[in-house]
Amino acid sequence: MWRSVVLLSCCITTAAAAKPSSTSGTNIFAPESTPARSIFHLSVFVLAITGIIFAVVFTLLVYSISKFRARSANEDREPAQVYGSTQIELAWTIIPMLIVVVLFLATARVLHAVQEAPMPANAVEVTVIGHQFWWEYRYPQLGVVTANELHVPVSDPTHPTPTFLELLSADTDHSFWVPELAGKTDLIPNHPNRMWIDPERTGTFVGQCAQFCGTQHAKMLLRVSVDTPEEFAEWARKQRLPAVADERVAAGKRVFETTACINCHSIHGTVANGHFGPDLTHLMSRTTLAAGAALNTPENLRLWIQNPDAIKRGSLMPAMKLSDSDLDALVEYLETLR
Amino acid sequence: MSSDAITIPGVGLQENPWVDTLHQWITTVDHKRLGILYIVYALVFLLLGGVEAAIIRIQLMHSHNDFVSPQVFNRMFTMHGTTMIFFVAMPILFGFANYLVPLMIGARDMAFPRLNAFSFWLSAFGGLLLYFSFLGGSGLYGAGNAPDVGWWAYAPLTARAFSQGHSSDYWTLALLVSGFGSIGTSINIVATILCLRCPGMKLNRMPLLAWLNLVMSGMVLIVITPLSAAQLMLLVDRYLGGHFFDAQAGGSAVLWMHFFWIFGHPEVYVLIIPCFAFMSEIIPVFSRKPIFGYPVMVAATVCIGFVSMSVWAHHMFTVGMNSYANSFFAITSMLVGIPTGIKIFNWIGTMWGGRIRFTTAMLFSVAFLFQFLISGLTGIMLASAPFDWQLSLSYFVVAHFHYVIVGGILFAIFAAFYYWYPKMTGRMLSERLGKWHFWLFVIGFHMTFDVMHVPGLLGMPRRIYTYEPGRGWDTLNLIVSIGAFIQAIAILVFLWNLVSSYFTGTKAGNDPWDAWTLEWSTSSPPPPYNFRTVPVVESRRPLWDLKHPEDPDSQYE
Repeated sequence: MWRSVVLLSCCITTAAAAKPSSTSGTNIFAPESTPARSIFHLSVFVLAITGIIFAVVFTLLVYSISKFRARSANEDREPAQVYGSTQIELAWTIIPMLIVVVLFLATARVLHAVQEAPMPANAVEVTVIGHQFWWEYRYPQLGVVTANELHVPVSDPTHPTPTFLELLSADTDHSFWVPELAGKTDLIPNHPNRMWIDPERTGTFVGQCAQFCGTQHAKMLLRVSVDTPEEFAEWARKQRLPAVADERVAAGKRVFETTACINCHSIHGTVANGHFGPDLTHLMSRTTLAAGAALNTPENLRLWIQNPDAIKRGSLMPAMKLSDSDLDALVEYLETLR
Repeated sequence: MSSDAITIPGVGLQENPWVDTLHQWITTVDHKRLGILYIVYALVFLLLGGVEAAIIRIQLMHSHNDFVSPQVFNRMFTMHGTTMIFFVAMPILFGFANYLVPLMIGARDMAFPRLNAFSFWLSAFGGLLLYFSFLGGSGLYGAGNAPDVGWWAYAPLTARAFSQGHSSDYWTLALLVSGFGSIGTSINIVATILCLRCPGMKLNRMPLLAWLNLVMSGMVLIVITPLSAAQLMLLVDRYLGGHFFDAQAGGSAVLWMHFFWIFGHPEVYVLIIPCFAFMSEIIPVFSRKPIFGYPVMVAATVCIGFVSMSVWAHHMFTVGMNSYANSFFAITSMLVGIPTGIKIFNWIGTMWGGRIRFTTAMLFSVAFLFQFLISGLTGIMLASAPFDWQLSLSYFVVAHFHYVIVGGILFAIFAAFYYWYPKMTGRMLSERLGKWHFWLFVIGFHMTFDVMHVPGLLGMPRRIYTYEPGRGWDTLNLIVSIGAFIQAIAILVFLWNLVSSYFTGTKAGNDPWDAWTLEWSTSSPPPPYNFRTVPVVESRRPLWDLKHPEDPDSQYE
């Protein structure tokens, strides 16, 4: 009973003590962006009020069970039969009402501030599309399409450059949750949603899908790379380029173009224009594979193509069953897609 | 078979008393037997749901564990949730209501005994349907299957495209069928309370248990309806080409959420209100004082009943409703805290100045108060919509509602077992085993569910079959799992207590707790039809009046 209080306070102190490293944790009490910070401030206020209520009622309870327990001295006597008291009952009706009013006003303020924030002209717009079990990102202003690793510019608090996310789903419900940047918002088919972030420091922020979306809900991980404006512009420029065409890996390219790969994947500048799976034009610019389930290394890539279940059982990527030589050539080709 | 039955030559029913007994139980329309059937049936499902929970907890003991596959894990949490809500909590509470309501209002049976039996068997059939899906969920062509869409079964995961085979159909039909059973029982409870009270038992003299079950039944009648409607719509979508929830064809996934939660949230109150009822009977008896503020307790319950109908979308703060809708559901959710708070204060008021006897039933009741307080406060946090954007769908929510359902509802049910078992069987439960049960369960409970809040705050979403190392969730999950096993041991102690006390427990007598309501005026277990002569009451505590003729309650009314 008391333990939960201790744990809650522990949690907050851990959050305060944790120094930001380049890759973030997923602690909701370590906000690095305005929506998360507004929620953090509100949460401290709510925790304080509920903490006070807890202390008062807990004390009353402990007092009454220790003070009024039966003792041998009074065992055979019934205590005074009290049926109620209008004054006292009025008091413990009205005081909670006042507390509710205060809590509601604090809640409504943050609610409107976060939800109704206007989109400034310099905001970066990203369309996030949830798929079983990966994320697609489209930057309509920049003409960029990528997957799983979201890149956004860092936002200087004096001249904010927030990123506004339009949330769509291609199949089932998902939820976009990077705890240190913002609260979560669901991606629901046929029901576009919106959220925004304005991360105040560079680095990688992690999170994952929070709404159960099917077999591999657990490995639908999220990475948000917060770049300096220069890095971000450079990244976007490179992402717009067509795929690298390297004659030395023509064999692997042929394997890609003549197997079922192209049914689901796109590589800009080739015949591959499938949309069911992630765009691979700049696959090597990403640090992970399979929505964060494995690091993007040649060995993992090989395994992922040959036997996806070994990395992410139940994902919708089929096992390609290629011959060893085809597989080697294909991995070699994909490794050039910088 | 009773001795005055007509004997038909050549039909040797009396030759096998075991079959005879079984026949009597299966065909019974006696509210006490049906109550016990409900309870035993729920205990069986409690074990099944517990095994599923254990599988979940083993899988989550450390990161990247592969005790079960993701597919099996998803079935386990779906079945665990569905089982515990629909086939443990609901039937066990209906069982107690069935058993106690007629006894406490001085009636000889429920208003519609045959409907009562019909409702029980419908519910029982629902549970069997759900579990048959393990065999038949994929049709008969493959290995077993079970629903794996979560116990809310959000659209469009339940559409044919995403849920092939028949597992979702078993889920749908199981809930539909048991829902009809719930409606039947609720009609019965309402009719019994309104029509069969003994002479002198005006509404404002009814035991709070009857009042609270009246409110609960009224709520069931309202909220099961949208659930059943949604199930039918889902079946139409799956089999008749409907598009209610089929987003690809212009249907609405959000519509399902509204339908589900307008059932789902009041359902929590449907479950907790009978537990408030247990508390309102047990705490006064063991504090040796009448309930503090009876009229306010009734008013608060009715108030909870109404307000809880308008809070459902606080489960949907992350769905992208506009800020006004979010504000509305935030304030209504916070408002529920007021009548609930009144109840907690009134229970404390009942204990205040009393002479508290710490029997096992009272220990569970006091623990209920502490834990219900905490779950109420975490509920306030969740009602604060922006805070909920972080907490929702995380392990914090899982911890919160288990605090309500285990720390609140299950503790209250245990209290009810220790309190009314003597009435039902004629024998006392062992207090020694009871204390073991209590302390093991309290320790296990707090290890599991106190700690479980933290991974939620650290960003761990619910319903994931595994998690990444290095996020600070490993140790916490290990502690949670160990606590779960301590709880499992406590449950086994409890079940052993139930069984062994039935044979060896001390004889209870009519009134082992020196209590005040009518069920204690008849023998333990009560005879068929409960009362030889229909009692007449003059106050809220008829047995107090009998025991204290010099100072009866009736003179204060």
